Amino acid sequence: MAVRRSTLAAREARLAYWMLAPTFAVILLIVLVPVLLTIWLSFKPVTLADLRAPAPVANERVLEQPQQPGEELVLRLTMRNGSQRVALRAVTWEKTLPAGLTLATDEPRCTQAGDAVRCEFGTWEAGYRETLELAFRADAAYLDAGAPDVRAAPTDMRARAENVLTSFVFTLDNYRRILTGTEFWPTLRITLGYTIFSSIGSILLGLFGAMLLNSQFRGQGLLRGLFLFPYVAPVIAVAFVWAFFLDPFSGTVNALGQRWDLLAGPVNFLGQRAIDVDLLGFTFAFPLALTTVIVFSSWNYFPFAFLFILARLQAVPMDMYEAADVDGAGPFAKFWYITLPNLAGILAVLFLLRFMFLINKFEDIFLLTGGAAGTKNLPVLVYDEAFARADIGSGSAVALILFVVLLAFMFLYYRFAPESER
Amino acid sequence: MSAVAARPRTARSAGGVLLAALVGAPTVALVVVAWALVATLVGGLVTTLPVGPALLVGLLLGAAVGLFRGRTDTAPAVAVGAGLALGLAWLLLTGFRPLGLTEVRPLWGIAFALLSFALAGHLVRYALRGIDLGRLYRDTVERVLVRLLRGAGFAFFLGIILFPFWYMLAASLKDRSEILRDPASLSIEFGRGATELLRGYTEVLFTFDFLNFIGNSALVAFVTMVVTLVMAVLGAYAVTRLAFPGRTALSRAILLIYMFPAIVLVIPLYAVFTQLGLRNTLPGLLIVYPATTIPVALYMLRSYFLTLPKDLEEAGLIDGCTRAQVIWRITLPLAMPAIASVGLYVFMIAWNEFLFAFMFLDNPAIFTLPRGMVMLNSQEVPRQYLMAGAMIITLPIMILFFWFEKYLVGGLTAGGVKG
Repeated sequence: MAVRRSTLAAREARLAYWMLAPTFAVILLIVLVPVLLTIWLSFKPVTLADLRAPAPVANERVLEQPQQPGEELVLRLTMRNGSQRVALRAVTWEKTLPAGLTLATDEPRCTQAGDAVRCEFGTWEAGYRETLELAFRADAAYLDAGAPDVRAAPTDMRARAENVLTSFVFTLDNYRRILTGTEFWPTLRITLGYTIFSSIGSILLGLFGAMLLNSQFRGQGLLRGLFLFPYVAPVIAVAFVWAFFLDPFSGTVNALGQRWDLLAGPVNFLGQRAIDVDLLGFTFAFPLALTTVIVFSSWNYFPFAFLFILARLQAVPMDMYEAADVDGAGPFAKFWYITLPNLAGILAVLFLLRFMFLINKFEDIFLLTGGAAGTKNLPVLVYDEAFARADIGSGSAVALILFVVLLAFMFLYYRFAPESER
Repeated sequence: MSAVAARPRTARSAGGVLLAALVGAPTVALVVVAWALVATLVGGLVTTLPVGPALLVGLLLGAAVGLFRGRTDTAPAVAVGAGLALGLAWLLLTGFRPLGLTEVRPLWGIAFALLSFALAGHLVRYALRGIDLGRLYRDTVERVLVRLLRGAGFAFFLGIILFPFWYMLAASLKDRSEILRDPASLSIEFGRGATELLRGYTEVLFTFDFLNFIGNSALVAFVTMVVTLVMAVLGAYAVTRLAFPGRTALSRAILLIYMFPAIVLVIPLYAVFTQLGLRNTLPGLLIVYPATTIPVALYMLRSYFLTLPKDLEEAGLIDGCTRAQVIWRITLPLAMPAIASVGLYVFMIAWNEFLFAFMFLDNPAIFTLPRGMVMLNSQEVPRQYLMAGAMIITLPIMILFFWFEKYLVGGLTAGGVKG
């Protein structure tokens, strides 16, 4: 009996693995391998240009075209190593000649075999250039064929190159550059500020919204749908909308604010790093653009918190409120002593979840400010390093640092979030 | 409540009337602010923001509603009438310029102002309805305060949600000169004729080839949805119904995988896809998208499958169905609501996806809508076109969402996690 059971169990496990195989494959290839690749790349001197496989380049030009049999056709090859960084090995150039042409130049590297002429150039250092003139004696067959253009004849140029991605050249320069640069530490601080305040902002808005909709009334369903709009709408659409209505000169907010004397002059909400604010005699620089981005993200993601809190609110046992009524508790006391304690778990989980999503949020800041005016966070720095500065290695290093910070929070999440709230 | 026993004979007290007046002031101020916003943003009128006078009128209105009060309520006609009377008085004092309207005074503006005051009267009454103004307890004040907060809250949320989308719509129907002439006005000038109004849309759809991008986006989103659903249903079934070593660990790992940030994946994928020639292609995108959505889809479906009873499936197995038949005939029909919601959710993620589309696609023939939006974002392209593009990318997902709202909300909460 035990044997039979184990076969059944083995069959069931096998079936399960088969059903999960496509998922495993996709996640392995597109998620796990890339993470390992990021680690790999972050220790390598790779630039964007290195991603294109380095290749030799040759331009052909006919200097002399034979008119009579016995005259020469002179072909000039202007060749170079297309890569400025990588040496090419075993560079060869091969051309299938039109019938009736014979190599006439005494060039030891080039040989002719039948119709094909083949040159073997050996190794080219990075940025190597060479101009080579090859002469071919033409006979009647070539001219009888109408003297076809040599350049149009099939050419094959090859070389072997070391692929930077797969080579074993490693460096710590990426990390050294990032960690000692002027940009990284302020960016880390801004990232944390943006992440923490946007998380708190979206949760507070979500809590307020959920409290509003946590009672049955006509149109509640409609309102609940409406409350999800900022979350459902494509971020690229709403980011442009915000950028436009906050524009200092043609934006609605500035125009209205000035008309109603709420603003003294045009305010560049997304372009000004800081404004001086007087508070109790102290002047401090209020980070304007960063705050605007935080407000946007709070707006964008509050529906997420709203949905979770609303679901949790509806699970708070009614008899707790009834008991509080009997005790003469007012609405604020009920909120403070019943609702909030019941929500504490979900609020903590939401904060961690939002934190984990926002710390690697790229689109919001990239689309609103492009990382200017003191709003650059780590994901935008990853993009700047890897693509704007074309330094894949440094970009990967930043990405990896970001990932490590995230892992720490994932650990917190799994450590502290109760199973039921996940 | 303890207050019930001590209820006095009089329906109101001086304190009660004061409370009513204090309720009236913020209510009328709120209504006036809302009026000014709507009149400016929707009506295109030029108004001031008379908060001070509004507070004063509100005090009077609140006091009136508090004075002319029955036992626990004011007659609706009285409250609305008081609102109308005070509004009319204000209009008379300002020479029939509704609420500090500085330039124009169209009839509809006046009518709209009066209507707002009627609404204010109704709201003040509503805020005090059923509340004993005879003697004031802390509880009374708190209940009134909660009602005020609720009212302000609804107005606040409606404002912050509707304004950006109204801006999108209105700006998509305006040309550059209109925006520059009065950036505060977001009214729609129907007088310009449909062709002129819709110029942004026709240009974006036909000249900028958004018609093609819609097709690309729909294709990418649909294929992503189907691929994700097939894999996630198989995976969720295996995780919830079959016993195999590593099951618990896998369940835990699913969500963890989902939180792997796209920005970390984008560099290596960019590097590898460039070398494989997959980068600037739709198939390349279609390899990446399901990988980013499968974990969350699997997680959501797993939560739902756990709530489905196993008995039916076991009965099916005993009756001689194969595993495939059980999944097809029993599990799938039962899980249909969850599958619909997860499918919609995945479609939404793929439709809205920006980062990979932005990094991978260079060839305008295969742009998705978000990538097309980036192309529109240049100095030479009028803002009107960009907002028309934003409408084009937003509307389909909104319509779909409203159509299936019930499903989507269920889905979002079930496993609901999005970046």
